[in-house]
Amino acid sequence: MSSKSSTQHLSRVNIIRKKHIRLTIAALIILGLIILAGEITSYDHIDGLLSIPAAISWLFSNMLFSAGTLANFPTVLRLLWETILISIVSTTTASVFALIFALLGSQLTQVNTFLMYVAKLVASVSRNIPVVAWALILVLSFGTNSATGFLALFFATFGFLVRAYIETIDEASSDSIEALRATGATYPQMIFKAVLPGSMPQLFSWTLFMIETNIRSATLVGLLTGTGIGYLFDLYYKQLNYEMVSLITLSIVVAVLIIEAISNRIRREII
Amino acid sequence: MATQLKSRSKVTEKKADPVIFNFPEEAQLEETIERPVIMQVKNLHKNYTKDTKVLKDINFDIREGELLSIIGPSGAGKSTLLRTINRMIEPTSGEIIFGDENITKLKGKGLRKMRTDIGMIFQHYNLVDRLSVFENVLHGLLGYKNSLQGILSLYSEEEKEKALEIITELGIEDHIYKRCDELSGGQKQRVGIARALIQDPKIILCDEPIASLDPRASMVIMEYLKRISRERGITVIVNLHQVDVAKKYSDRMIGLNAGEIVFNDAPEVMDQGIVTKIYGSKADELIVE
Repeated sequence: MSSKSSTQHLSRVNIIRKKHIRLTIAALIILGLIILAGEITSYDHIDGLLSIPAAISWLFSNMLFSAGTLANFPTVLRLLWETILISIVSTTTASVFALIFALLGSQLTQVNTFLMYVAKLVASVSRNIPVVAWALILVLSFGTNSATGFLALFFATFGFLVRAYIETIDEASSDSIEALRATGATYPQMIFKAVLPGSMPQLFSWTLFMIETNIRSATLVGLLTGTGIGYLFDLYYKQLNYEMVSLITLSIVVAVLIIEAISNRIRREII
Repeated sequence: MATQLKSRSKVTEKKADPVIFNFPEEAQLEETIERPVIMQVKNLHKNYTKDTKVLKDINFDIREGELLSIIGPSGAGKSTLLRTINRMIEPTSGEIIFGDENITKLKGKGLRKMRTDIGMIFQHYNLVDRLSVFENVLHGLLGYKNSLQGILSLYSEEEKEKALEIITELGIEDHIYKRCDELSGGQKQRVGIARALIQDPKIILCDEPIASLDPRASMVIMEYLKRISRERGITVIVNLHQVDVAKKYSDRMIGLNAGEIVFNDAPEVMDQGIVTKIYGSKADELIVE
């Protein structure tokens, strides 16, 4: 059917040239935006780049820690551990609630339209309030303790996971749900026999991703709620004790790397 | 249309399937007409919106143990018609009489009970890819279980034995522990057939069962469907794109055009003129023997 009916002349097929033009225009627009943003905020890009070496040498002269600083290492580890635990607990708790809301909110598994919109709305609100705002709001009512940090992470994680789970469920299970419905299966059977087995690896993957993200956020949340490693960071930072600050920062980086390695390992195993 | 037909058989099977069976001569010659009617579709309409009428006044009988194929161009309403039979799609009006009962009114438990009597297989197999062949086949029994029994996979020894029997009959017993995403298209479709068979249905609905398969695997699947209708007396209703395949395997063919039945008779009656009537002016591009 192809060669006979081909009336197009090759010289008139300009798909590739059009794409090149579009790409060039896009690049120019981005460049223009960078320059414009610099003008408006009176930020000189060249100066910014040139100050990097000076900043690095300051870092090295102030933040290399001595043996004396290491004496505080057990405290750092204790609070780091507390922070990690809070992020894991808040993520896993949030994931349980998120799964229920995602099942109600997914087009495929919804129970009724009203509940679907309620679930989506609740998730959207808790997602669109940033974790920092959650922390600041909650610290007013709960005070500076671990529960505040837990709740702040919980709400932000919950909102994000509902959305990620809904997309996973929609993607993974429409065909098998149809098949099970046709056999006369009940709603719970469809959830447990088609939806969950089909989307399990993706659901786990998102949960692990959020645990990683939350260990980073937990530091910031701790800084605002006065708990965990974030609090310690804030304390030494304000005392201008940069050696301790760098020790804490390095510990956080190492902890995040270890958690990432573990979750990558788990991910490989389950998929 | 011709290119569409060709591209649909792109998915190829790596492993050769063991073919094929010969039907006993007398079974093939058996007359369709004398078989009892098990389902009647009466004045069936389906509108998605006021202006899009997908099915218009559909009337036909379904007989026990026949292989009935539904052909027609894309968008003629084949899939919709098939899915109204087990109420996966709700008809707008009309009746479907199945065993003395108008099933268009069924709800809840009654609806589930009715669906256990009607198996279904799909173009994209619709298996739970990450579960084993065995588990997927047992899913066919969920309609007979309460929620808890289903969730906890409480199947009796008899049921498991029956599953194994059907799996062996379909020649996929070597793959019983494999996850379904490790199977070829033809093998997946056989798992789909096994899942439908374990329901012990009176009717099996097949929505484009061979549209994603290569010619060889397609033939294997069609032979199995034919054999199921002959040996088990189960009515098989197949939506097909390929007129030649439909002619070769069916006891009766229904031609659908723009939501209306324009042909309902034995495949021997089907000729070029009728094909044109079903598919419109483009029909000469179709290959008809």
